[in-house]
Amino acid sequence: MRDRFNFEIESLKQRLLDLATSADRALVRAIRAVDGTAEDARAIIANDASIDAEEVSIEEECLKLMALYQPVAGDLRLLVTVLKVNGEIERVADMASNIAARAIDMAEAHVEPENRFDFAPMLERAHKMLRGSLDAFVCHRSDLARKIILEDDAVDALNAAHYANARDKLLKSPAQASYILDCVTVSHCIERIADIATNICEDVVYLEEGQIVRHQKRIEA
Amino acid sequence: MDTQQEPKIKIRARKLSFFYEGGHQALFDNDLDIPERQITAVIGPSGCGKSTHLRTYNRIYSLHRGQRAEGEVLLDGENILDPKTDLLTLRRRVGMIFQKPTPFPMSVFDNVAYPLRLHFKLSRKEIEERVEAALQGASLWDEVKDQLRKSGLALSGGQQQRLCIARAIAAEPEVLLMDEPTSAIDPVATLKIEDLVLRLRERFTIVIVTHNMQQAARISDRTAFFYKGRIIEVGPTQQIFTAPKEKKTEEYITGRFG
Amino acid sequence: MEPISKPIVGERTAPTGPALINLGRPPYKTLFWRKLQDNLVQVFSVAALTLAVGVMLWILCTILVRGSEALSWDFLTKLTAPHGFEGGIGNALLGTLYITLFAALIAVPPAICAGIWLAEFGKQSFLADALRFSANVMMGMPSIVVGLFVYMILVAPMGASSGLAGSVSLAILMFPVVMRTTEDMLMMVPDTLRESGLALGLTRCRVTLQIICKAARNGMVTGVLLAVARVSGETAPLLFTAQFAQTWPNTFFNGPTASIPVLINNYGMSNFEDLQTAGWGASLVIAVLVLSINIIARVAFRDKKH
Repeated sequence: MRDRFNFEIESLKQRLLDLATSADRALVRAIRAVDGTAEDARAIIANDASIDAEEVSIEEECLKLMALYQPVAGDLRLLVTVLKVNGEIERVADMASNIAARAIDMAEAHVEPENRFDFAPMLERAHKMLRGSLDAFVCHRSDLARKIILEDDAVDALNAAHYANARDKLLKSPAQASYILDCVTVSHCIERIADIATNICEDVVYLEEGQIVRHQKRIEA
Repeated sequence: MDTQQEPKIKIRARKLSFFYEGGHQALFDNDLDIPERQITAVIGPSGCGKSTHLRTYNRIYSLHRGQRAEGEVLLDGENILDPKTDLLTLRRRVGMIFQKPTPFPMSVFDNVAYPLRLHFKLSRKEIEERVEAALQGASLWDEVKDQLRKSGLALSGGQQQRLCIARAIAAEPEVLLMDEPTSAIDPVATLKIEDLVLRLRERFTIVIVTHNMQQAARISDRTAFFYKGRIIEVGPTQQIFTAPKEKKTEEYITGRFG
Repeated sequence: MEPISKPIVGERTAPTGPALINLGRPPYKTLFWRKLQDNLVQVFSVAALTLAVGVMLWILCTILVRGSEALSWDFLTKLTAPHGFEGGIGNALLGTLYITLFAALIAVPPAICAGIWLAEFGKQSFLADALRFSANVMMGMPSIVVGLFVYMILVAPMGASSGLAGSVSLAILMFPVVMRTTEDMLMMVPDTLRESGLALGLTRCRVTLQIICKAARNGMVTGVLLAVARVSGETAPLLFTAQFAQTWPNTFFNGPTASIPVLINNYGMSNFEDLQTAGWGASLVIAVLVLSINIIARVAFRDKKH
């Protein structure tokens, strides 16, 4: 029975990682779409439905395993973590399609290149955090997870900077309000992605150490 | 749970070792605290010494030749392993429920009245009152109130076990030891007994040995994990079952061995 | 867009572990010999059973047919009489009742105590093992030896045979049987019942007498009844000890006392037909007695739960 459970849990983990790969790919595309064409963006939105479906299916599998095997200790923590990370990843995909939706409008907006927002540094950081959090999950590295949690503040600061920038631009050129508001939304989405990465890291710390570190102001790395 | 004030420790085992006939050692330096009015579950694979440990608390092992315990078991600070301990007094304070139901070969009423007549000066009316109270306490009254004269052996397995619990609590012990009380009983009756054990918690200090880990998880406040005669880990049940500290505990409760 | 990999339940391979080795199903052996063996064993056991039951029925029928001729109320209540006179077996019947009853009175209490001691306290100690061994020896001893022994220690010194001496010899035969059955019955009571008594704060003595003996009571009573039934038909030990008398057993304690087995022995060896018929009648009476005790023991004291 133990073998069977191990097998089920391993295949569940694999499916979660496949889902994460899909979500990650959607995110990368969405980031490119911000300065690209509307076509790319539409494809991302179209793919979101299949990610949602897989998320539901993984959740059902998790619940099935809990009901059938009544896992405890490490097994229980793993299943709970899979359940939570699963939801987080689905939200990454949602963020990607949110960004993509804004990107469609932004692609059609006529804004001079020097006036466009530069999301690259913030995106890069958030994306690195997300990848790192998944690495920490796969490699059982709670130390890595704790480090990534600390990086969230930097992304928050970048978001705040974008917000201030948007306010200034809005006062200067109200004609571009639509574009600027889209940018605020995109920035907010990216900040959310960093938050999601943080959540995943907190789940990884719980998985590995059995300790719930959410809502703690300072976490020693 | 941490915010509550520390409960009093009812039983304190210190460096408890146990030997069977021929010198075979079954327990090695067990240290265990049993908090008052809580349920402490003892889990571990077969032959790990969990029952043996429990059986030192009322020295029931002394029925058998050649068995002896070393170390200390302090009941309210008094070492009960001391040869001077009066066993009758000790067993009046520490009741026990066994794996197989053991109703005495007499009527349901007499089964419960037996310890009452034995230990207390009571009028016939008081005995009747207390028998009813004990049977109520063991959630058995409604099922047997019309057949109190029937032999205790005529009840079903689950009812017999509750009868034994009624008999044990009628003696008003301070501690209740339960040695796999549900392992010979069907799942529905098992759940009834678990509910009962949870209700008894407010009046008695309960130590329960169980093979059924879900049962330990469901009903106990603290869990002790035994392996090969040693206590590997003791802690709040929630912690043991979500995040055990010892690798061996994790392996056992997740079914990797045992 | 790449499709998201979605494992299908049916496609999953078996989990880890060695693969099941499939060597196929080899040709079956013929079932003929096994069935033959089965049938032969059945035929033999049924035949053996028929033989045993048949012989028993034969004996019973013979006794019934021959004995019923003699049977009447007078036969059961009147004194024995010599050849040619109208008589019964009343004094022998009463004598057997006295002798057996006294034997039980002498043997049962100490035998039960000894059985309790063996099961509850002696257990595997040297003394207990010695006691068990000697009981086994006693059970295997020819009963005539017991008769001789009692003759030597009781009848010879007193100068007269007596019903009491007969009782003593039967008691000697009963003792080991009752002791061992008591022990066996007590050993069958599970240890947890002892433990649960002790765990309630009972003394060892109370647990034994009020709980364990109560649980084993039916078995113990059955054992006693069967022992009584067995010795009530014993002839050999009574030949030297109680002997026989043509009188009512008034002299139970100091003179010869009549008993059915000895009566059967005497009448059976006589040459007179009327005495032989009376012997058959007595056989029928003792057979019915022994059978009914057996049946009572097995039916009335069967262990029942409800």
